[in-house]
Amino acid sequence: MADLAMKNPLPPDVPLVLGKPSYGEVTDAVSRIVEKKPPRVWYIALAVTGTFTLILGAMLAYLVATGIGVWGNNNPVGWAWDITNFVFWIGIGHAGTLISAILFLFRQRWRTSINRFAEAMTLFAVACAGIFPLFHVGRPWRAYWLFPIPNADLGMWPNFRSPLLWDVFAVSTYATVSALFWYVGLLPDLATMRDRATTPWRQRIYGLLSLGWRGSARHWNNYEKAYLLLAGLSTPLVLSVHTIVSFDFAVSVIPGWHTTIFPPYFVAGAIYSGFAMVVTLMVLARKIYGLEQLVTMKHLENMCKVMLATGCIVGYAYAVEFFTAFFSGNQYERFVFVNRAIGPYSWAVWIMFTCNVFAPQLFWFKRFRTNLAVMFVISIIVNVGMWFERFVIIVTSLHRDYLPSSWGYFRPTAVDILTFAGSIGLFLTLFLIFVRFLPMISISEVKGIIDAPAGKKEAA
Amino acid sequence: MTPSGQNYWRSLDELAGSPGFRNWVEREFPRLASELQSKSTRRKLLQLMAASFGLAGLTACRRPEEKILPASRTAEYRIPGKPVHYATSMNLGGCATGLIVETHEGRPTKIEGNPLHPGSLGACSALAQASVLGLYDPDRSRFPRKRGKRSSWADYAAFAEELFTPARQGRGEKLWFLSEPLSSPSLEALRADVLRRFPAARWVEFESVPFAAVNRGAELAFGQPLEAVFDFARADIILSLDCDFLGHDWRDVIPIRQFSERRRVDSPASKMNRLYSVESLFTLTGAAADHRLALPSSQVLGFARELAEELGALPRKAETKAGGAGRQRWLSVVARDLREHTGACLVVAGPRQPAPVHALAHVLNARLGNVGRTVAYLRPSSRPALAGFDELCQAIQSNAVETLVMLGVNPVYAAPAEAGFGDLLAKVAHSIHLGAEFDETADASAWHVNEAHYLESWGDTRAYDGTAALQQPMIQPLFDGKTAAEVLSFAGGQSERRSYDILRKHWLAQWPQTEGESRWRKALHDGVVEGTRYPLAAPGVPDVKRVDATARVAGTQGVEVTFFADSSSFDGRFANNGWLQETPDPMTKLTWDNAALVSPAKAQSLGVRDGDIIALTRGGNSLEIPVLIVPGQADESIAIALGYGRRQCGRVGRGVGQNANLIRSLVTPGFVSGVTISKTVRKRPLATTQEHHSMEGRPLIREATLEEYRRDPKFAHKADHYKDLFSLHKEHSYEEGPQWGMAIDLSACVGCNACVVACQAENNVPIVGREQVRRGREMHWIRVDRYYSGDPEAPRAVMQPVACQHCENAPCETVCPVAATTHSPEGLNDMAYNRCVGTRYCANNCPYKVRRFNFFDLNKGVDEIGKMVFNPDVTVRMRGVMEKCTYCVQRIQEKKIQARAEGGRPLKDGEILTACQQTCPASAIVFGDLKDPNSKVAQLKQKDRNYVMLGEINIRPRTSYLARLRNPHPELG
Amino acid sequence: MSKAGDAVNRPYGVLGAFDSPAALLNAAQSARGAGYTKLDACSPFPVHGIDEVLRIGHSKLGWVVFLCGLAGAGLALLMQWYTGAVDYPLVIGGKPFFAFEFSIPITFELTVLLAAFGAVGGMLLFNGLPRLHHPLFARDGFRRVSDDRFVLVIDAADPAFDATRSADFLRGLGADPVEVVES
Repeated sequence: MADLAMKNPLPPDVPLVLGKPSYGEVTDAVSRIVEKKPPRVWYIALAVTGTFTLILGAMLAYLVATGIGVWGNNNPVGWAWDITNFVFWIGIGHAGTLISAILFLFRQRWRTSINRFAEAMTLFAVACAGIFPLFHVGRPWRAYWLFPIPNADLGMWPNFRSPLLWDVFAVSTYATVSALFWYVGLLPDLATMRDRATTPWRQRIYGLLSLGWRGSARHWNNYEKAYLLLAGLSTPLVLSVHTIVSFDFAVSVIPGWHTTIFPPYFVAGAIYSGFAMVVTLMVLARKIYGLEQLVTMKHLENMCKVMLATGCIVGYAYAVEFFTAFFSGNQYERFVFVNRAIGPYSWAVWIMFTCNVFAPQLFWFKRFRTNLAVMFVISIIVNVGMWFERFVIIVTSLHRDYLPSSWGYFRPTAVDILTFAGSIGLFLTLFLIFVRFLPMISISEVKGIIDAPAGKKEAA
Repeated sequence: MTPSGQNYWRSLDELAGSPGFRNWVEREFPRLASELQSKSTRRKLLQLMAASFGLAGLTACRRPEEKILPASRTAEYRIPGKPVHYATSMNLGGCATGLIVETHEGRPTKIEGNPLHPGSLGACSALAQASVLGLYDPDRSRFPRKRGKRSSWADYAAFAEELFTPARQGRGEKLWFLSEPLSSPSLEALRADVLRRFPAARWVEFESVPFAAVNRGAELAFGQPLEAVFDFARADIILSLDCDFLGHDWRDVIPIRQFSERRRVDSPASKMNRLYSVESLFTLTGAAADHRLALPSSQVLGFARELAEELGALPRKAETKAGGAGRQRWLSVVARDLREHTGACLVVAGPRQPAPVHALAHVLNARLGNVGRTVAYLRPSSRPALAGFDELCQAIQSNAVETLVMLGVNPVYAAPAEAGFGDLLAKVAHSIHLGAEFDETADASAWHVNEAHYLESWGDTRAYDGTAALQQPMIQPLFDGKTAAEVLSFAGGQSERRSYDILRKHWLAQWPQTEGESRWRKALHDGVVEGTRYPLAAPGVPDVKRVDATARVAGTQGVEVTFFADSSSFDGRFANNGWLQETPDPMTKLTWDNAALVSPAKAQSLGVRDGDIIALTRGGNSLEIPVLIVPGQADESIAIALGYGRRQCGRVGRGVGQNANLIRSLVTPGFVSGVTISKTVRKRPLATTQEHHSMEGRPLIREATLEEYRRDPKFAHKADHYKDLFSLHKEHSYEEGPQWGMAIDLSACVGCNACVVACQAENNVPIVGREQVRRGREMHWIRVDRYYSGDPEAPRAVMQPVACQHCENAPCETVCPVAATTHSPEGLNDMAYNRCVGTRYCANNCPYKVRRFNFFDLNKGVDEIGKMVFNPDVTVRMRGVMEKCTYCVQRIQEKKIQARAEGGRPLKDGEILTACQQTCPASAIVFGDLKDPNSKVAQLKQKDRNYVMLGEINIRPRTSYLARLRNPHPELG
Repeated sequence: MSKAGDAVNRPYGVLGAFDSPAALLNAAQSARGAGYTKLDACSPFPVHGIDEVLRIGHSKLGWVVFLCGLAGAGLALLMQWYTGAVDYPLVIGGKPFFAFEFSIPITFELTVLLAAFGAVGGMLLFNGLPRLHHPLFARDGFRRVSDDRFVLVIDAADPAFDATRSADFLRGLGADPVEVVES
């Protein structure tokens, strides 16, 4: 049984919420953001990200109208930026679920200030990720054949041996469960918004969304159970998702893909990139909306520590890959890694190493862990590095496989680049909409961890 | 004008069988008459013309009126949906290949070799395979033109009737004819008539690609015109003097057939021939050779002389000791090897080489006792005295030419620029050009008559040994094209005007009255005319003195440039053929371009890299062309393919590559010396289908010398670093029905590309164009991988045809999320196009990278005429789906159905032939039922040379390879 | 604020708002001490210990989720077996028509999916949600229960219930405001 009110495991001198706010102040601090007009920077940001979202739409339309040929993909490189972006975005998503589920099970109460934020990020990242597998197929209008729907044309079923099909199930399950988890977490706060609502519209909408939540003891009883169970379900789920994504490669016969280390390696990488993205966005949101009270340096520092840890795991995985290739004695396997180090794509490989393995080492020092500028920059570097990791795994393995006669080189087209840029635009747009209309910090949970002064507050 | 739109109607008008169709339209719909030209109103017209379809009857069927005979066995051969096969033959530069043409509802769709024809023996080349596409080329010339203006055959006929009269021409003092070397009995007879009628007229046989030198050499050696024929199958030792007899230096595929017979080694006991090749550019012959000496073409004469002297065929001179010790040793070994195989060896010189080299080759063969064994001399039909092309030029220069008839030649493009033929032509009052396309020459001529494609015309041809074969049309001329005979008939003075009548008259005259008709039918049916082979001739002793005198070695100055007939466009006549343009050059793998082939060392000294454009200047003419670095190319020699840089050409070939004729010489058409090279700053990235040329030490092509093989017959399996592989699951056991498989003998394969084009024609494989090839998106279902190996100074090249290997544990199938590619019970890796969503996962997971993805809608541009070439038995794939080799499943099904129809009889081995297998001149590809222990393929898979690629992944490919064997001389290693 | 005196017939109950979890807890305890059995407490976040006081047993949600998960697993296996081995068997990569090895990932995912649906659906079901109208919503005293108020509700169905006395009782415990809620 969950126990949100358990003793704060952190040393008392490090409060999770600064300034001992009253319950009311917590409510205000978070709710105000969505109740008052957003700051100017919000509109500017939305304009920019919105434009990129439109570009994404245009690129996809062009793609569907013309053919995959508008991308740089070729033979032998059948997958390139499309799947790279897919894995990249899915990875980003993992941090959210991890924070809300795994840290919850581990009773990491510092999560409460950031989990809502991170979960939202998960959803939007998964949405972006979903675009790529859908549109990377040659005939997107037939993509529904990947679902086990009895279809009239051929009366055929999908092939359940294919990792790509496992992906379909893993990703759609992941998206659904994350959404449920997120929504359940939102229920009490939606009720808060409903009760604070001043305009009938807001009242109606939040009223509908909060489903008539009353905060009754019986509600809370089932609610906490449900929350715990969802956390328990999401934990193996989040691990399974990137494991299955890694199967796309591990199950194949292509040297550089056919590797048993992929599942743990991918999961670590996913968490790594996810936390990097949370830090990137959180540092900004915290600044813009003045949430220093609720999102303390302690939170950010912890996230930096997680990045350091996962970064080291990823680095270790790289090393093991090289060793295995050498130790296997398999000439094809060996070649792939020699080719990565000194082949046509070595530039990408070295970018990957620098960004993912070397950059986070700074976090060994508290000075850097607690410096907003540093962690912001490094988090971005890590995101870049993790994108390149996926690119390296996918493209360098494909472009030179078994038969040298069919070796080739992949070059992205403008459409490739704009499509990816557009997906970033979509991600941020969704995010801006989120912070505008929903409480980005879990009000009820934060209240659960503060011991508020019993000072009476005048009714508003 | 919009070709598709217009020609659609023009063809319909023939379909309607109403010649006056156009007039009728004008009568009925004067307003619309002009719009017949425009595509826009096609639909409206379609409605209006609905009636004319009534007249048209079977719209798809354009069978000629005359009686033609199918080569199929059955009597009632016109079953809709069932293909009908006809025998005909194709002439290439004066040498014919007999063909069997598959037609669907009167549309020729696929070409095979004619087993009865000596110039084919059932195989045919990539060029012949692709020629069917030329029939449906929408850019073909569609009507006669006068000074470029649209005219009609009627007008031309009227003009010609009065032009070719003794009244106008007198004895023909100012009457000239220009044609390819004639290899057509009926045309030769017609020519004789013409020259009888106009005794002073002159006839020039124009060779864009020189082949005549072989016979001129024989004449030089033996003092009489002789046709030399070689039997490579009987030669234990072959020496090629700059002769790519396996590639572009031969006009038919017989040498491949004969040569590969002696490369196929059944057991360690069996013998194998040995090939020495002396050549400047790296050719297929050089790749097949056991020993290759890279030597500039201009030094081959010197080499031949030294060899002749070494063998005592020529009086030994002191001074001749060119080249280093290496070359001397090479030469002495070759000499010894030849001597030791007296009577069972063969020296053959390349057509690029001047007559003296051929004379020396004849002398050597005589000296080595090969005459009557590996080389025979035939007495060709007597030719009239012919003039040379240079004489024609001089004659025009001195205004001695009033009428010039050019039959199926394009000298304005193909003649060396130094002749300036384009300008000369302007001085000829009546220049008449017959050609399939409105080409450079047509453009410069007074009259142009559109020539009929050989698949739509009556005619006859001669094989290399003189054997005649009839050509019969399978379809009425799509654009009312005419044949050479029909154009010539006006000058011949006889009454027949239609080639059918001319041809029939000629042949019936050859045969006794009584059996005329039956002979005619048999000739049509078989595709060969019995008893027309040239008679054997006794050449006598060669005149060594004369040869010695003519074979003078001149000191070469500077870099030489050699020219070779391109494997795709030959001399430019196939420039508008998309299939051929996209077929990679067998050695360089270059598509949609020609390049200056230079050796790595030369490139370094010039400071150029692939794609850098260099300027080659000779005698005021300059040729700017990109460089392609080719290992094995002789250092002081640059090779350039002919047939590119066409100005006046269809949409496919226009502006593709550079015109090598700019720097060619009238005197030495094969190669020129004294060319100045200068670098430019410009680059042109070349589109090659293979970017990496080393096998990286991977056991893909397994190779050994005959000696090693005898020592260790199982050498091919040394590289199998695995014992017994096992699966996680119980593997599917393929039992029911036949189990298809393929074996490819790498010892036999010479890499000629015939399979590539055959597959393209059979399976409606689209072309993607230069840009897409550069992006690595070519669609060929079967490709020939070429790897260089050995010492970079003297590299070897090995070939390996790779198509889908039909793995039993196919990795592509496992990963397809929608089960679009699955296994048939008979072990075929099937591809269900209409189920494919195009994830490309299968292609990624294919270790052989044989799957091809439709990145765009590649059949978009195909117009009504173009569609006629499609094989109706094979789906035309849409955008976004994956495709690949199917082992020609449509052929398998056809035969299975046939067998079932014939009382469920079992299929015979060899009854089902895949397209690649059927056309393979080397018979390197064998397909059949693995379950039948007696099938050829099952037997081959028992051989110790048999191995599979990447067996260690446990994917169990159904296609296996027989390891390649070489037979080097022990002393050269 | 309505006087407790003018009680209407058949009220829903009476509510009293406190301003700390502690106050709510001891109020609830005293209420039980006073013999009230039908009590409910509403708070902005779960107040711990309240379940024991109000005798709210363990949630049965676990069973729902377990059964849903089981259903998911069964459904997944059934689907993969039926489609692959019965309805449309195809030889794919020489592998069996059905095998547990390659069925595991999808089985797992569907298990989680249906279990998650069970958790959320079950929670809403047990809580009688969605219910957009509730007598308590109408009351001012209830508005801030999602903010910083802790409300104890004595149900009218309680045998010991009497609008006036119950209201006074709550006032006695320091609840402010105290309201009688009409149904």
